[in-house]
Amino acid sequence: MAAYNRYVVGAFLAACAIFLVVGSLQSALFAQLTVSGLANGGIYASLGVALVLIYRATQVINFAQGAIATFTTYVAWQLMTWGLSYWPAFFLTLGIAFVGGTLVELITIRPVERRGNVLTVVIATLGLLILVEGSVGWIWGAEIRFMPSAFPAHSEHIGGVAFSLQDLGTIGISVASVIVLWALFQFTKIGLAMRAAAFRPEAARLVGVRVSWMLSLGWGLAAVLGAVAGMMAAASPSVLLQPNMMDGVLIYAFAAAVLGGLESPAGAVVAGLLIGAMLNLLGSYVSWVTPQLLLPAAFVLMLIVLLVKPSGLFGRTQVRRV
Amino acid sequence: MAALLELRDVDARYGPVRALHGVTLTVGEGEIVALLGANGAGKTTTLRAVSGMVRRGGTVVFADRELRGTPESVARLGIAHVPEGRGTFSELTVWENLRLGAFTRHGSIDADAKRVLALFPWLGERKSQQAGTLSGGEQQMLAIGRAMMQRPRLLMVDEPSLGLAPLVVAEIFRVLKELNEKEGTAVLLVEQNARNSLAVSHRAYLLETGRVVLAGDSDELAQHEGIRRSYLGY
Repeated sequence: MAAYNRYVVGAFLAACAIFLVVGSLQSALFAQLTVSGLANGGIYASLGVALVLIYRATQVINFAQGAIATFTTYVAWQLMTWGLSYWPAFFLTLGIAFVGGTLVELITIRPVERRGNVLTVVIATLGLLILVEGSVGWIWGAEIRFMPSAFPAHSEHIGGVAFSLQDLGTIGISVASVIVLWALFQFTKIGLAMRAAAFRPEAARLVGVRVSWMLSLGWGLAAVLGAVAGMMAAASPSVLLQPNMMDGVLIYAFAAAVLGGLESPAGAVVAGLLIGAMLNLLGSYVSWVTPQLLLPAAFVLMLIVLLVKPSGLFGRTQVRRV
Repeated sequence: MAALLELRDVDARYGPVRALHGVTLTVGEGEIVALLGANGAGKTTTLRAVSGMVRRGGTVVFADRELRGTPESVARLGIAHVPEGRGTFSELTVWENLRLGAFTRHGSIDADAKRVLALFPWLGERKSQQAGTLSGGEQQMLAIGRAMMQRPRLLMVDEPSLGLAPLVVAEIFRVLKELNEKEGTAVLLVEQNARNSLAVSHRAYLLETGRVVLAGDSDELAQHEGIRRSYLGY
């Protein structure tokens, strides 16, 4: 069954890849739309992985993930307005996001989590969403700000296709940040401890892993990914820097996380990129799909996945002999 | 023999249910001590009380220090606890499981890995295999290997023979004995199979409904009328 599943998923992804590649070779417009869609997808993927990190460790969907990302994006904007150039502000923001995310877990989640009810924690993240979004408006005001981009605004023409450097940069940064995170989990001792704490908290405690600290670290890392997503999103033409800017993005990120299988970071990345590209093409080629219909489309996709295949594309098939 | 671990009047409860009523016992340096008893007698709870996994009263002293802390701090003091159901990280690889055993220590783990592989050579070929795909006996050995990586002064093993074939059980008991003889690791063994555990241990305690009802050298207990009738079945 597991092997059969893998073939179906593999065939589906291969078909999608062939569709995108062949389409791009046929038409320059298709290629441009694919790339700009993948750029959106990279943003969904980073935020989606942030959701997966926390879900995998605590079975909690963090509804505040988008708001925290917005907050950190405003921090980056503030740093740049104070005169820092882009990259120092970018990395400083990641540092602030990490510390901030860790502290948020310590202060707001840990006290609630002790009571041991997942639903309580979910409600707490909803409260956090309102609180964080409200404080963004309180500190920085509701007017739209201009977020600078790290990449030049012009396009590079390759074989008749105009590739926006902004889009390519966004794809590069979001994919790179996810890869760095993956390496951290895969190759470092602390990453191993975090995985152990997520899978088997009780057994992890018995080998000396401080599980609650691992959860705080997880929130910190999720906030870092959210900050990447936020900074990329705010600089993209489709999203404006304002207090509720990540609300829509969060829905797409949910869809990516669900389609990916909710427990699989790799799944969230693949699904995020796929959703970004496909929705962009759908919105451009199908005349009756207006931009307002794209968000509902993401909802429909989520619904279908949850109904038909709740474990998603990359859902962890538990192999265990008893 | 100096007591490495000492429990004095230890109580433990799960919610309103009292599982231990004033358990007092010691494990000496380099000793194998078995805890015998029927289901629900409080054997597992005794181990959990040492590890701080359950609310408890009374005193637990390990290496002249009173234990009060959480499971993670107890692990850091040099007590390895292989829980019932082995506590294997089935989603992680064999090698990752072993690395986790050495989590609390800094520096190279190669020497420890060598020790473990000397006892369980087959683990070497399966380093990158997902631990959940091992057989039950292999998982039990991996769990003991992981505990060895911790370089414990005291190893607590809970029902290592549960659900395993007799040959595998014999192998596991042989390993525990070897570990104790070669490295001087003290072992606190919880086991339903009284015959096996009396054969491998130096001393034993018999628990009934959360109380120690009998204690003594394992050879003598094996001859004891009540134990023979109730637990050895002849």
